[in-house]
Amino acid sequence: MATAFAPTKLTATLPLHGSQENRLVLPIRLAPHSSFLGSTRSLTLHSSRRLNHAHATRRSPPVVGVQEVVKEKKSINSLLITKEEGLVLYEDMILGRSFEDMCAQMYYRGKMFGFVHLYNGQEAVSTGFIKLLTKSDSVVSTYRDHVHALSKGVSARAVMSELFGKVTGCCRGQGGSMHMFSKEHNMLGGFAFIGEGIPVATGAAFSSKYRRDVLKQDCEDVTVAFFGDGTCNNGQFYECLNMAALWKLPIIFVVENNLWAIGMSHLRATSDPEIWKKGPAFGMPGVHVDGMDVLKVREVAKEAVTRARRGEGPTLVECETYRFRGHSLADPDELRDAAEKAKYAARDPIAALKKYLIENKLVKEAELKSIEKKIDELVEEAVEFADASPQPGRSQLLENVFADPKGFGIGPDGRYRCEDPKFTEGTAQV
Amino acid sequence: MAALLGRSCRKLGFLSSGHGARRSVSTETGKSLNLYSAINQALHIALDSDPRSFVFGEDVGFGGVFRCTTGLAERFGKNRVFNTPLCEQGIVGFGIGLAAMGNRAIVEIQFADYIYPAFDQIVNEAAKFRYRSGNQFNCGGLTIRAPYGAVGHGGHYHSQSPEAFFCHVPGIKVVIPRSPREAKGLLLSCIRDPNPVVFFEPKWLYRQAVEEVPEHDYMIPLSEAEVIREGNDITLVGWGAQLTIMEQACLEAEKEGISCELIDLKTLLPWDKETVEASVKKTGRLLISHEAPITGGFGAEISATILERCFLKLEAPVSRICGLDTPFPLVFEPFYMPTKNKILDAIKTTVNY
Repeated sequence: MATAFAPTKLTATLPLHGSQENRLVLPIRLAPHSSFLGSTRSLTLHSSRRLNHAHATRRSPPVVGVQEVVKEKKSINSLLITKEEGLVLYEDMILGRSFEDMCAQMYYRGKMFGFVHLYNGQEAVSTGFIKLLTKSDSVVSTYRDHVHALSKGVSARAVMSELFGKVTGCCRGQGGSMHMFSKEHNMLGGFAFIGEGIPVATGAAFSSKYRRDVLKQDCEDVTVAFFGDGTCNNGQFYECLNMAALWKLPIIFVVENNLWAIGMSHLRATSDPEIWKKGPAFGMPGVHVDGMDVLKVREVAKEAVTRARRGEGPTLVECETYRFRGHSLADPDELRDAAEKAKYAARDPIAALKKYLIENKLVKEAELKSIEKKIDELVEEAVEFADASPQPGRSQLLENVFADPKGFGIGPDGRYRCEDPKFTEGTAQV
Repeated sequence: MAALLGRSCRKLGFLSSGHGARRSVSTETGKSLNLYSAINQALHIALDSDPRSFVFGEDVGFGGVFRCTTGLAERFGKNRVFNTPLCEQGIVGFGIGLAAMGNRAIVEIQFADYIYPAFDQIVNEAAKFRYRSGNQFNCGGLTIRAPYGAVGHGGHYHSQSPEAFFCHVPGIKVVIPRSPREAKGLLLSCIRDPNPVVFFEPKWLYRQAVEEVPEHDYMIPLSEAEVIREGNDITLVGWGAQLTIMEQACLEAEKEGISCELIDLKTLLPWDKETVEASVKKTGRLLISHEAPITGGFGAEISATILERCFLKLEAPVSRICGLDTPFPLVFEPFYMPTKNKILDAIKTTVNY
């Protein structure tokens, strides 16, 4: 898949496997002027070379970042995926796209409310990573979490009901768009607050490592934390990079760099916009990958997940991607250049995968069409289900604030408030 | 409902009753503006009048997600009005530093729900700067603006009212306007006040509230509460968007023959105890209402103070109609909120005690 920007060419290969202390580190030769992420601003990266030499002399193995992980493979004998895998990836991305498009429709019809953030355009990152995970691996996401939940296995019905605020939603209608949780699928949430999920993911990763190394349980679970480019300027991110590398936690930090944080361009908000470089600064590999290409993402993800499962510690993966819609459904999306949008629209991950599958004769067009039809029906059914589901009962308002409803204390009449019959009606004075 | 609210705002509550003729601006006319435009005007005036003032925060460059900073970057330049990265702790700390060097830093926190990472800087640094440096340095030039409060569909993280946390901190001031005219005057006072101020703007009123706002530079004094409706039977105290709800309850109560006195506190820290005390000594009853959860909300402080000062004059216990003690809910917002009916019921209960 041709990329529309000229990435910096690096001579070093990614030493993601093997954990020898005296690993060879090749110095990185960077082109003197590189146009980064399709911007017209050229960056001169002159100081990195000296730094890498300095790193090479230190005892702990410094790791290097890599840009072009996967070269295009032309011959049929060395295809990146099998037909079955291709169909799974395609179906997942189509599900994500159709679901989000349906969300937009439902929102404008008034069925859905609140702040809704859609994932159109970024499906390759979600599918590329999450389809490699098992059910017991954990995923932590941001407010743009519908598709992460769907890829992880939460049913479209549960997500749609949650968006409609119905009791059959995955969080019983209490969370809404930005708070998709699923105990069964280990979806540790959408987080409305940027960066809040990263320490939570770090803790979850510690828990798996503890179960394996200390309790000697058969636990190879990894945690994948998704977040955006704006989050990479937040303190919590750096605190967690440090902890994860220090304790070699089985976590993968995935940056969905879509270049914009509402109206703030990444290039104008970050001193060094190349986020993958922040990984080596903390002692973990930092990888940059084309996030509009699901196959490339998947290759990088395989390495990172395998690394984490083997106990070699965290990886920072920066996926260059783009959101086709505005920040949220309330965002008129006036700030982004039309040319930029068009450029990324031409790199639509679904169209790209379709092209790959057909050109390499893995599937026929008819099979893909039948998948699209199946997904359309699934999403429609999810909407009907959500529509037909009941609203949460009023008693739910006061539930789950404390583990024990007695936590609300004793009312003015001397009895526990939770014993007041008005409590379950939600009308009690608490 | 929104349209009804807009109409009722224009007709009733927002024009000051002129009690005591405390400020002449209350009778002036001006342009009809909504809340975000009034705040925008205040910011334009503030930056115009002091060349060493700065406005920064997330997305302020293009006007901000609520349009409060429209036109500022174009008029005053990107050196004075600029976007920051996504780091509230850093943004406020950075503002404290600017203020300590004698500048005016007007920080925008995008939603009050996001102010918590900056809580440490506000409480431990901004509030104590003058105190612990022995008055060698101060960050009085710091003003933090944040939209707060319910908006109908905000859910957990776009609707919170955190004013109570900040009212517990000696060293800062907390101010909440109720309408466009008040907002412009209060914001200019906050910016020019020699103490760090946290200014919460009721986001629900950004477009809903429309009022005549004088176009010139004017300031409304801090720590002065205003009696916006006179009455004899019960005193109601509130701030921000909640006042519109309380006003509706007052009107309904009047139909049943209960005369209500409504006070806008405006400044929560330090608050005008004398005005509230004088009112309660006249009526003998007090009801406080706010959106934040009832336990530990600022109503508790008002209640305790008034009890100390007016114990023998009280005819009934102080009533607090506030949000429930739960996280701000999504679908259950109408049940959580202190609605007009809840307030009306409490007025009647208190009066008939």
